[in-house]
Amino acid sequence: MLLIDCPHCGPRAQSEFTYDRTLDAIVTLAMLPAEAMTTIYTRANPRGWSDELWHHRFGCRGWLVVHRHTVTHAIKSVRAW
Amino acid sequence: MVGFIFDGEAMRAKAGDTLAAALLRNGVRLVGRSFKYHRPRGVMAAGVEEPNALVTIGIGGRTESNTRATDVFVYEGLVARSQNRWPNLSFDVGAALGLAAPLFAAGFYYKTFFGPPKRWLRYEALIRRAAGLGPAPVDADPDSFEHRAAFCDLLVVGGGPAGLAAAAAAALAGVRVLLVEQDAELGGTLIADGGDLAAITTARDAIAGAGGRIVTRTTASGVWDHGFVTLSQRVAEPGQPAQLAQRYWQVRAKRIVVATGAIERPLTFAGNDRPGVMLARAVRTYIRRFGVLPGQRVVIATNNDDAYRTADAVAAAGGEVVAILDARGELSDVAAAAKTRFKVFANAFPRSTKGQAGLTAVEANIGTGRSTFAADCLAVSGGFTPVVHLHSQGGGGLDWRDDIQAFVPGATLQPMTTVGSAAGEVEAVAATVAPLTDPKSSFIDFQNDVTAADIDLAWAEGYRSVEHLKRYTTLGMGTDQGKTSNMAALARLAGAAGVAIPAAGLTTFRPPYTPLTLGTLAGPDGGGHAAPSRRLALADRHDALGPIWQPLGLWHRPRAYPRVGESLHDAALREARAVRIAAGIIDVSTLAKFVISGPDAAALLEIVCATGVAKLATGRGRYTFMLREDGMVMDDGTVWRLGEARYLLTSSTGGAERMESHLGYAHRVLAAQLKVSVVAVQEVLAGIALAGPGAAAMLERLIGAAPPAHMGVAEAVVAGVPVLILAASYSGERAFELYPAGDVAIPVWEALRAAGAVPYGIEALEFLRIEKGHIVVGGEVDGRTTPHDLRLEGMLRKAGGYIGASALGRPALAAPDRLQLVGLTAPEPIPEGAMLVARASAQVEGHVTAGGLRVLGSGGVALALLRGGRERNGEALIATSPTRGLDVGVTVTDPVHYDPAGARYRE
Repeated sequence: MLLIDCPHCGPRAQSEFTYDRTLDAIVTLAMLPAEAMTTIYTRANPRGWSDELWHHRFGCRGWLVVHRHTVTHAIKSVRAW
Repeated sequence: MVGFIFDGEAMRAKAGDTLAAALLRNGVRLVGRSFKYHRPRGVMAAGVEEPNALVTIGIGGRTESNTRATDVFVYEGLVARSQNRWPNLSFDVGAALGLAAPLFAAGFYYKTFFGPPKRWLRYEALIRRAAGLGPAPVDADPDSFEHRAAFCDLLVVGGGPAGLAAAAAAALAGVRVLLVEQDAELGGTLIADGGDLAAITTARDAIAGAGGRIVTRTTASGVWDHGFVTLSQRVAEPGQPAQLAQRYWQVRAKRIVVATGAIERPLTFAGNDRPGVMLARAVRTYIRRFGVLPGQRVVIATNNDDAYRTADAVAAAGGEVVAILDARGELSDVAAAAKTRFKVFANAFPRSTKGQAGLTAVEANIGTGRSTFAADCLAVSGGFTPVVHLHSQGGGGLDWRDDIQAFVPGATLQPMTTVGSAAGEVEAVAATVAPLTDPKSSFIDFQNDVTAADIDLAWAEGYRSVEHLKRYTTLGMGTDQGKTSNMAALARLAGAAGVAIPAAGLTTFRPPYTPLTLGTLAGPDGGGHAAPSRRLALADRHDALGPIWQPLGLWHRPRAYPRVGESLHDAALREARAVRIAAGIIDVSTLAKFVISGPDAAALLEIVCATGVAKLATGRGRYTFMLREDGMVMDDGTVWRLGEARYLLTSSTGGAERMESHLGYAHRVLAAQLKVSVVAVQEVLAGIALAGPGAAAMLERLIGAAPPAHMGVAEAVVAGVPVLILAASYSGERAFELYPAGDVAIPVWEALRAAGAVPYGIEALEFLRIEKGHIVVGGEVDGRTTPHDLRLEGMLRKAGGYIGASALGRPALAAPDRLQLVGLTAPEPIPEGAMLVARASAQVEGHVTAGGLRVLGSGGVALALLRGGRERNGEALIATSPTRGLDVGVTVTDPVHYDPAGARYRE
């Protein structure tokens, strides 16, 4: 159970949050179809540090960027999107 | 003294005895039969690592099987039974006939899979009868289990000397300390070794005095991420009647000190599993802590100095130390000094044991010679393995230490420090390996009956990785998870491979450290408390009508309101006919509902919805649907323009939470610049749909005004309650959704009832919507269907700009053989879930997503997804359901079976 330091609410248990996606998987509305498909289907899946979008679903409902290590689960930073 | 019962025999224990100590006190040496071979087994250890002495404790619903006799403290009335024996413990048919031995060599499961299946079925019956542990209880546990969350600055795991010292120092420094100890007593090795017992009291008082907390009978069973530790606390002993049996703690600690000690390793030799062969420190513990001498004539076999303390304890208790077999060629100072008091042999190993159900003699190799010693107890010590489980669970690495022949904690990812024996502060050992006289009776894993021969066989058959070895032999896979066996197995494997032990690898340590009961994990969340229940505002009104309730997620909705003697099907059909002929009402409160307002409200909706929204006139609504990024339909609903910059969006019940997050994502992540507010009002507004040819007139009487036209919005008052009226139809009839606030919904429902509307449930709604060809999320919208597949492409917003738009141009989505929405008709009911085939045994071309019937006519209608279905009207197919033995001839049609022109809801 990770401990995520929400910039709005303070440190809270992972069970309050939902993981959404890595930042490189965000399909912006301006993307052309080919670019959008690459973003959806061709992702980095890093072993190491990763920027992830999390949703404080059962807290402030804020959208957060969590800098997390995918092997150790260490979290270096949490900021509001 | 405390009375207890073992295998039907009344016995007495001393207060503070573990069951193992009490059994030894009563002269019981044979405690159980082994897992596969039914070999006689006795107590081997004095702690949670015990692999042999597993018993079933308690009666009825309190029964707890496979409990370590070393981990149960005797209470008055305790009932224990031995396991895996028939007809009784001392005479076991399975063991007498040697039935199991040929079945159970390494890889026995896998090998029985080869050959004809019939053979496996025969083996399975034999294996299931022969192998096993205690039976699972049948009755529900009458006691309760509790969950607790806790926080601390420092969690100390283990109340031995190292843990006590760490906890006391921290508490005195003003740190908020939680100390947990799995034993009932603090002290750890201090108790067994006759250490300074006053130091325990001093430390305990210091911790408590500084505000620290000490909880005994509590095991840290799992270390997770970021200092999160789960504890299981035995509030009552296994099988003991109690209000509260166990408590499961979830602790978030800023720092963790692991002081979990070390586990003694047995030695590998022929007959090393015979009752009477015990770990040396366990023998010492039974003497010093419990005042029980496990044997009168004790042989000690060791490769380290620690076992000499056991020799002293045996002698001090009045037992005879027959011989000390020291594996080391050169005796240590301790061993040399012991020569003045005991017969100490260097270069000496146990070779085999003799006895039936208990040890009578030890045969030893001494140098190049051989000796036999009469003995009733053989105390063995193969060195100590630090308990690195928690460190490893937390993702920490391990370092090999040659001097102790064991792994110690290395780098950690957690805010964690390991101290004391767990960190490797244990006696050095000699890495000597004695040749085995009979590998087939030289046990490595006692609990799972894995011998040295099994490991050799696995190696010979090509199992090189320790992970494969483990699965092939079942080594370390018992309830003890190999606490006493892993290192010996690794040593054997490394020996076969000709590599050093650390090169042989190590399997993964996973929680829990010791077995947890299911009750502990479930806690208070059993029965009706497994999930919260979401209650309709009108639930009491429905209850008064005696409905069949249907769980939908956390909600419960009336499925139908059967009259006396009416089946579900008959009730639903009657209700559906009432809607087609007159007027019916259904509770639609569970629909997801969002009020979206602000200058950019339409802009946000046009990101989320794939249909046009901006051109919607105030006071009007329309059907809409939403796509995922990959272009598949995600959800559908309606969107209403309530005011200039104020919209109401409805979507499916089951997708409510997902839609809320989706809207949040679109608003906050994709288009944060938009000036818009999104408020979820699912539970604020109750919803009642009124549908039928009589609905408009009925509503007009109730509101005293003309009701809104189809897809129009009105605000009105019904029975004194303000309601929002949306003229939408799901049933195919003229219909209105009335939305009062949830807390004043009852009078609205009552007024509609009094006006003659017939309540209908979701089963009737299914009949109506299937006949009308309306799709449902989770049915036709199955995550693989595009707007085109569902015949919705005409509603797509040409300008694009919505989520999923960029994916729709993919060539594969235009393939002609995609599953597409069709209708089916047949003279009889069409089975839901049936496969669609052209003829028997032909390729499956689709499936029936929803089967219904003509509400007022006769015959079956259905919706289906069919390959290239949009071009196949008029084709004859078979809807086949082999599991139900049903084959129905069907004709492919348009999906809309009822009023295709939509005349009825427009009037």
